[in-house]
Amino acid sequence: MSAPDYPTTWRRPPQIIRDRRWRIAFQIGIVVYLILAIGSVEVNWARVYTGLERGQRFVLGFLQPDFDTRWRDISRGLIESLTMTLTSTVVGVAISIPIGIGAARNIAPRWIYYICRGIIAVSRALQEVIIAIFFVAMFGFGTFAGFLTLSFATIGFIAKLLADDIEEIDEAQAEAVRATGASWGQLLNYAVQPQVMPRLIGLSLYRLDINFRESAVIGIVGAGGIGATLNTAIDRYEYDSAGAILLIIIAIVMVAEYSSSYLRKFLQ
Amino acid sequence: MTEITHYSQVWSYRTTRGRLLLWGGWLALVALFVWCWQIMTERTIWAFVYDAPRQAADIGGRMVPPRWSYLNELWVPLWDTLNMATLGTLGGVIMAVPVAFLAARNTTPSALFLRPVALFIIVASRSINSLIWALLLVAIIGPGLLAGIVAIALRSIGFIGKLLYEAIEETDASQIEAIEATGASGAQVLSYGIVPQIMPAFWGITVFRWDINIRESAILGLVGAGGIGLKLEASLNTLAWSQVSVILLLILATVVLSEWVSARVRHAII
Repeated sequence: MSAPDYPTTWRRPPQIIRDRRWRIAFQIGIVVYLILAIGSVEVNWARVYTGLERGQRFVLGFLQPDFDTRWRDISRGLIESLTMTLTSTVVGVAISIPIGIGAARNIAPRWIYYICRGIIAVSRALQEVIIAIFFVAMFGFGTFAGFLTLSFATIGFIAKLLADDIEEIDEAQAEAVRATGASWGQLLNYAVQPQVMPRLIGLSLYRLDINFRESAVIGIVGAGGIGATLNTAIDRYEYDSAGAILLIIIAIVMVAEYSSSYLRKFLQ
Repeated sequence: MTEITHYSQVWSYRTTRGRLLLWGGWLALVALFVWCWQIMTERTIWAFVYDAPRQAADIGGRMVPPRWSYLNELWVPLWDTLNMATLGTLGGVIMAVPVAFLAARNTTPSALFLRPVALFIIVASRSINSLIWALLLVAIIGPGLLAGIVAIALRSIGFIGKLLYEAIEETDASQIEAIEATGASGAQVLSYGIVPQIMPAFWGITVFRWDINIRESAILGLVGAGGIGLKLEASLNTLAWSQVSVILLLILATVVLSEWVSARVRHAII
């Protein structure tokens, strides 16, 4: 009996790169990169070893958080963060609605379209923390700089998604409203607005959630809020207070996430 | 036969009740906004705010022209930043995959005990920004690249884990049933039924997160975690604004490039 001249075992087909030589070259490239990259990481193991004791204290602080000792600082930071989040989301959304309408190709003239897309690109390209550094340098330390940072970041996010959404509306409805002789403002109000409103509300709630998380970060560079309190707690090596702050942040984010997903379901 | 001659009703967009409720809702929002605004600006020093345009002009004047010769000092930190993002993503993926399988409703070994734990890990990792992780880790394991890598990895668990477990839950049950019908063991079902289905989503998520991580790793140096952020911090502290503008332009170029790469790769996969 001769051996069958067809393959008797099955091999999985490759998923991304079909050519075997390219695949091997790609894999060798990855290994070389990993060796170079890991080689360039300098680790002071003695420092890591002494740090482990601190790490242990931090884990203990996380398990036994201390809400009481610094409660005044924590509550002030929280109030600052929450008010900053709400005001910046409202202002950011209010500014981003005209920009989002202007950045929609199907309802705005071409030159306005380019200006608005430019504003969106600038706002999206820069990290919140970098913007915060500049606003703190200009407006001084505190919540006002944080409010401006979050509003600015909100504009890029909401305006871009709103513009993309307006570009994807059902043209037939806009056509029908236009056929009644509606002006541009009436077209917006009766054809575009009802189609994008549920999504805009959903996006605003989502952004509220993101802004709270970001407000915890920009405090580190001096823009007020719970981040400033957290930074102070870590600088003082008060890991039990830091653990309490982190737990509060996690709890608020969880509540915000669940309630916003519930609200979005309710609205749609 | 009666003929309808006129309608007394005028069409309106909403019912009276709906309109009232809508106005009430907007009024409540405005009231809440004003209240929050007052609390927020209680401690604001307005003199600084009115001074802002002058400060902005001053900083802008110092930022141009950028000191291009400073670019030569930035290549090594940039390499460090890219490594931090890549190795961090790698570490995050390695930790996120088991968490995702524990969190998905159709693959979790125990829905009562392990699934909530996995979901808590995902939420905890997602709600704490990588800068905060870096702040903690710099205090624990000392300043340097390692703290940044671990911070990026810990932050990536939540993101990758959440999107991956949703992808696992959305897999086609009939394919899994077909594998089961051949008498495959649990591990074989996982390997031949589920993994091929989530592979495209997996690569897409990983590349997307890598792109985000490059943005984030650029600023981790601000709290001492190495990379180009360390140079940014040094330039900011010495008020060398012409160097700051060089660093920002370099970060911007890197971000645009990585976004382009990630868009291309995701386009090729999906």
